Amino acid sequence: MKPAVLALEDGTVFEGQSYGAPAERCGEVVFNTAITGYQEIFTDPSYAGQIVVLTNPQIGNYGANDSDNESRKAFIEGLVVREFSPLSSNWRSEETAREFLAGSGVPVVTGIDARALVRHLRSRGVMRGVLSAVSTSPAELIEKARNSPSMAGLDLATRVSTSERYEWNTPVAPCSPSQQLGEPSRPRFHVVAYDFGMKRNILRRLAHSGCRLTVVPAQTSAEDVLALKPDGIFLSNGPGDPEPLEYQVAQVRKLIGKAPIFGICLGHQIVGLAAGGKTYKLKFGHRGANHPVLNKTTGKVEITSHNHGFAVDPDSLNPSEVEITHMNLNDDTLEGFRLRNHPVFCVQYHPEAAPGPHDSHYLFGDFIKLMEKS
Amino acid sequence: MPRRNDLHRILIVGSGPIVIGQACEFDYSGAQACKALRQDGYEVVLINSNPATIMTDPNLADRTYVEPLSLDYAAEVIRKERPDALLSTVGGQTGLNLSVALAEAGVLDKYGVELIGAKIDAIKKAEDRLLFKDAMRKIGLDLPQSQLVNSVEKGLEFANKIGYPVILRPSFTLGGTGGGIAYNREDLADILETGIDLSPVHEVLIEESVLGWKEFELEVMRDLADNAIIVCSIENFYPMGVHTGDSITVAPAQTLTDREYQMMRDGALACLREIGVDTGGSNVQFAINPENGRMIIIEMNPRVSRSSALASKATGFPIAKIAAKLAVGYRLDEIKNDITRKTPACFEPTIDYVVVKIPRWQFEKFPGSEPVLGTQMKSVGEVMAIGRTFKQALGKGMRSLETGKSDGATKYQDDLIEARLITPNPERLGYIRHAFARGYTEEQVRSLTSIDPWFLHQVREIVDVEHEVGQASACPTVTRDQALRYKRSGLSDTTLARAWNVSPLTVRARRKELGVTAVFNRVDTCAAEFESFTPYLYSSYESECEAAPSDRKKVMILGSGPNRIGQGIEFDYCCCHASFALQEFGVESIMVNCNPETVSTDYDTSDRLYFEPLTLEEVLNICDTEKPDGVIVQFGGQTPLTLALPLKTAGVPIIGTDPENIDLAEDRKRFGKLLDDLKIPAPANGSATKVDEACEVARSLGYPVLVRPSYVLGGRAMVIAYDEDTVRRYMQEAVIFSQDRPVLIDRFLEDATEVDVDALADSTGAVLIAGIMEHIEEAGVHSGDSSCVLPATSLAPETIATIRSYTERLARALNVIGLMNVQYAVKDGAVYVLEVNPRASRTVPYVSKATGVPLPKIAVGLMLGKKISDFTDATGVLSVPQYFVKSPVFPFNKFPGVDPALGPEMRSTGEVMGVGENFGEAFAKAQLSAGAPLPDKGRVFFSVNDRDKLAAAALARRFADLGFEIAATRGTADGIRKAGLPVKVVFKVNEGRPNAVDLLKAGSLDLVVYTGTTGAHAFADEKAIRRSAVSHRIPCITTMSGARAAVEAIASRRRDPVRVWSLQEIHAPAAETTVS
Repeated sequence: MKPAVLALEDGTVFEGQSYGAPAERCGEVVFNTAITGYQEIFTDPSYAGQIVVLTNPQIGNYGANDSDNESRKAFIEGLVVREFSPLSSNWRSEETAREFLAGSGVPVVTGIDARALVRHLRSRGVMRGVLSAVSTSPAELIEKARNSPSMAGLDLATRVSTSERYEWNTPVAPCSPSQQLGEPSRPRFHVVAYDFGMKRNILRRLAHSGCRLTVVPAQTSAEDVLALKPDGIFLSNGPGDPEPLEYQVAQVRKLIGKAPIFGICLGHQIVGLAAGGKTYKLKFGHRGANHPVLNKTTGKVEITSHNHGFAVDPDSLNPSEVEITHMNLNDDTLEGFRLRNHPVFCVQYHPEAAPGPHDSHYLFGDFIKLMEKS
Repeated sequence: MPRRNDLHRILIVGSGPIVIGQACEFDYSGAQACKALRQDGYEVVLINSNPATIMTDPNLADRTYVEPLSLDYAAEVIRKERPDALLSTVGGQTGLNLSVALAEAGVLDKYGVELIGAKIDAIKKAEDRLLFKDAMRKIGLDLPQSQLVNSVEKGLEFANKIGYPVILRPSFTLGGTGGGIAYNREDLADILETGIDLSPVHEVLIEESVLGWKEFELEVMRDLADNAIIVCSIENFYPMGVHTGDSITVAPAQTLTDREYQMMRDGALACLREIGVDTGGSNVQFAINPENGRMIIIEMNPRVSRSSALASKATGFPIAKIAAKLAVGYRLDEIKNDITRKTPACFEPTIDYVVVKIPRWQFEKFPGSEPVLGTQMKSVGEVMAIGRTFKQALGKGMRSLETGKSDGATKYQDDLIEARLITPNPERLGYIRHAFARGYTEEQVRSLTSIDPWFLHQVREIVDVEHEVGQASACPTVTRDQALRYKRSGLSDTTLARAWNVSPLTVRARRKELGVTAVFNRVDTCAAEFESFTPYLYSSYESECEAAPSDRKKVMILGSGPNRIGQGIEFDYCCCHASFALQEFGVESIMVNCNPETVSTDYDTSDRLYFEPLTLEEVLNICDTEKPDGVIVQFGGQTPLTLALPLKTAGVPIIGTDPENIDLAEDRKRFGKLLDDLKIPAPANGSATKVDEACEVARSLGYPVLVRPSYVLGGRAMVIAYDEDTVRRYMQEAVIFSQDRPVLIDRFLEDATEVDVDALADSTGAVLIAGIMEHIEEAGVHSGDSSCVLPATSLAPETIATIRSYTERLARALNVIGLMNVQYAVKDGAVYVLEVNPRASRTVPYVSKATGVPLPKIAVGLMLGKKISDFTDATGVLSVPQYFVKSPVFPFNKFPGVDPALGPEMRSTGEVMGVGENFGEAFAKAQLSAGAPLPDKGRVFFSVNDRDKLAAAALARRFADLGFEIAATRGTADGIRKAGLPVKVVFKVNEGRPNAVDLLKAGSLDLVVYTGTTGAHAFADEKAIRRSAVSHRIPCITTMSGARAAVEAIASRRRDPVRVWSLQEIHAPAAETTVS
């Protein structure tokens, strides 16, 4: 097997074997602790600009299939795993995970001590790196990592967003003859969804809950959105730093009060900024499928799926306008809030899961209820 | 919702003796529950009949009742203690069943005891197959087609409708007892008949076969606020058709996409909510059709289980401890995660390693049983291994089994490959490897086994790497990259050594020279996302070591590995106590073990835990990192003892008795000389390597003789021979067993009383005899299979004095520091030494509980250089304030076709203790606890061999005096009639009908006393009687001394009230004065 190298900007180098595309990519090196769902992670556009380390040591076991894609292609810059399966074993598998990644030109390094790397990132914070299956010169790669663009201040959302407006009506489909999903509701509400790096399962979930969707590019103006006469507006997840998205924040500010708004992840951060709050970068982010989030309204804990490197500072929000609805029990970060005077709510985590637990599906129902009331 | 303040005193029900399907995982869960509740300020009352458990230690509960887990005794405990609540979910199926019985009998209502953990309705809904099916249908979960039947006719009718094969599951039996797979009408009729019989409600579920489907388990927890989490997913290596306790299992699940996994998660949570388990842990099992993904729910257990113990060890999430806290009102988010300290327990553990569990079987102990795996659990123990990858974990797991077969030493037969792959059996994994080595493709093996292709590919990769080692490298020239790759693929030094034709230690030296050394990673519940504060470690060949050893004074304890017959929970008890004692003495304790069921592998037990195989390689790796000041080998049974000398040679400091002296006691020649020097008698003996030589030796010793191979455990392949034919026949079999090792022949002392002695000795030569236990069965029955009593009831004072003197002399001669066990035979007032083991024995926990003196703790003190007098003023022999009987528990009902007669080969899996004011009472309680309750009235059936005829008549008299009717086979009846007693003559099996077996089946015999030819050569009809007694749950006594004890016990049941004592009451006055 050919060698591949991951070099970090702080000079740390991990050597392993190349298992994907013979390519070289730079990006922010982040880790995800989910045990299942690598394909959803590969194809989540929120990972644009990032090299992903998976903590589960056995990746690729169940191959890849078209229906588990969260977008049109793999968006991760590169993949770091302990061991990659050459074969796929699952009745739904259509190709091996290796073929899938190679098809998207994603380089993969296997055989490295992923735990040591995660411990390094946990204590030093996430940092830039280069994953190369082309060059194995550590000095050269470290230099490249240091010269690569930093995540902070980068507008990645616009880059990964759809260029054209499109309609979406496909609900969630069962993955097994035994899966009980309930009949999809008939489409009652027209929702305009901003695509900042939208995961498909959000669209599927909204469609399943009774929404007819029009997905619009990240650069769409508030006026154009309102011209579509939406019953509700959705702000999607997406990659990178929310702060450079001044245009989008301004549009959302104009939309508040015009129609019910629901935001997820980057969408949540944009609402936070629009409501006058501030965002900040987390040391190593939240990426995984096991985070406990307290729903302050019900007092119950949801096990949730996460993928974010930035967060909204709850102290920056005006309590007379904003009600904090969800908090992370691991580190007390803000996970969700609603506006007191407008039908707007949002969560930092991923209620659509994919991958992750389904504990927070009710939020899609909440959005429907909000539209029913308006 | 914080803790409930309306509860003060909580009763915890344990799971009783170790049996197949219910082992020390419930000691782990029960001990955790006791600790958790007491830490929270609750008063804990405990009832458990098993004295070998940590949980029944007097300092784990406020009051500890080692009493039968039966309705009347449990009710008496409740009457006496008046607990506010009963925690039903930590004592396995036994605990759950007893809780239901107490509730249904109105005992809980009468004394106002609240059932916490799982309510009656939830237990019933989960356990009653019909209610369970209805509940699952209601929430839309798919199920196999099935029907409950109570007759063979109805069963045949339903099976015809859905087609064969079908699965049979009797209601309310443990570990699938009585279940099976029927491939045709005949099978069905056979299994169904037994199943209906064994089910307490006489019902059996017949189910659509899902053989070959993928099998999964999820461990689920829920609190009173309805927060619910999955702790761990487990995937079975073997597909459906093998009991999960008999399957190799893997955590986390490896072959499910997120969508499929989440569908299963949704199903498990819906199941938990619908069943209504409002607090605690449950286990939900699913099967998935690998062709189309159809998912069905198999079953759920509304309590902690073997799998939850495994899940706790696999993830670092202590399910039983948290379950106990949830039961008293806490919410998951109010409990902290011990390992990260900062995050709450309300999360789902994520792991960045792979865990493999492999069961340990012992079919060889049960000749006549077929070594085939099915829906009924047969394994006696298990190991767990943690690796960075599946391959590493599997390699470690195979080494942990200690079968001596893990490194390819076993010879597999090519012509058996297909048969061994098709039918699940204990050697199946070995045959899969062999098949690959012989060129079978993955697809071929898959079609024979239905094992998932991913698993098979992994095994294939291991076989390929092993092959490559010999082909592509040699020890002196191997490169660092190669060596690292081999080690990272999970290959042991022993495997490399075999391929390279060098010694394992040479391999070790070579790879260390190349810088290929083991490092240790932490089990942290969170895949390194947060810092871990708990040193729970496993080895790997990664780049970074997280062990961070301290510079404190430290001692390492080597555990006892997988449970097996002869080496089980008793040794875990000793190891845990050693650890507690070290901590008390201010010494850091380091535990090494690989058994996931145990308390010793709880990260809470020792200062540091290494979850590793107990092999020389792995232990030396830990020693290299930890550099312990001492290593304790005398508490873990045979496992650490076999490592003692090699460790010592490698420069590891062994503390306590010198390994050379431990070895000396096992070496017949050297030990015989020692006995000669000390002028201590032993039965005359000799050894032989040829058939004729053996007959000659036997003749010169005089019959009967005890014949056995050298170097065996638990009385493996030991027989008593009364004539030359038996010796000759045995030699022809035994020589195969022992190859060039000699067969040992001892004069067998007939009708001798066997005595077990546990003693402590210190470096000054002081010896304290902790217990002189008199066996109830005469010598010849393995000491582990014999009931025994403290104090001895029939030994003369001068005999006791002799035993004491011999024991002291032996301890001094062997320079014992710590514990020692000696077995004696007493015949006609003369005392003979049978065996000396300068180490902790199986009886240490029992003696500790009977005397109230913590033997392992003192032993550790002695090893650290303290003196006996530092702990106690007692000298000579410790006294016991009551009668304590220990009785064994046998797994014969799991091995139909096996002769249950007792003999020199140990076959019991567990033990119980009965406490009484007189011997009869203690024995009656012990028999009740052992699941062999003696009848109060009815008919006793005698069939005894000629030697016992006289004794049988006397015994019959005593039974008749108690109002029993007497029945006997012709010869035995003659003797009884001569004594002037009325007796009903019963045919032997070969004499005609109705015979003894017919009467047993008809329920007209209530107790069987059957002595005769025992062991492999017993006559078929004798076996038939003993076997049908076992399957009809009629107590069957196979020794005269056992029968005499039974009479006393029955007399006590007539005379004595139902009464219970807590250990704390029994030892209250003594505890403070004798032990500091």
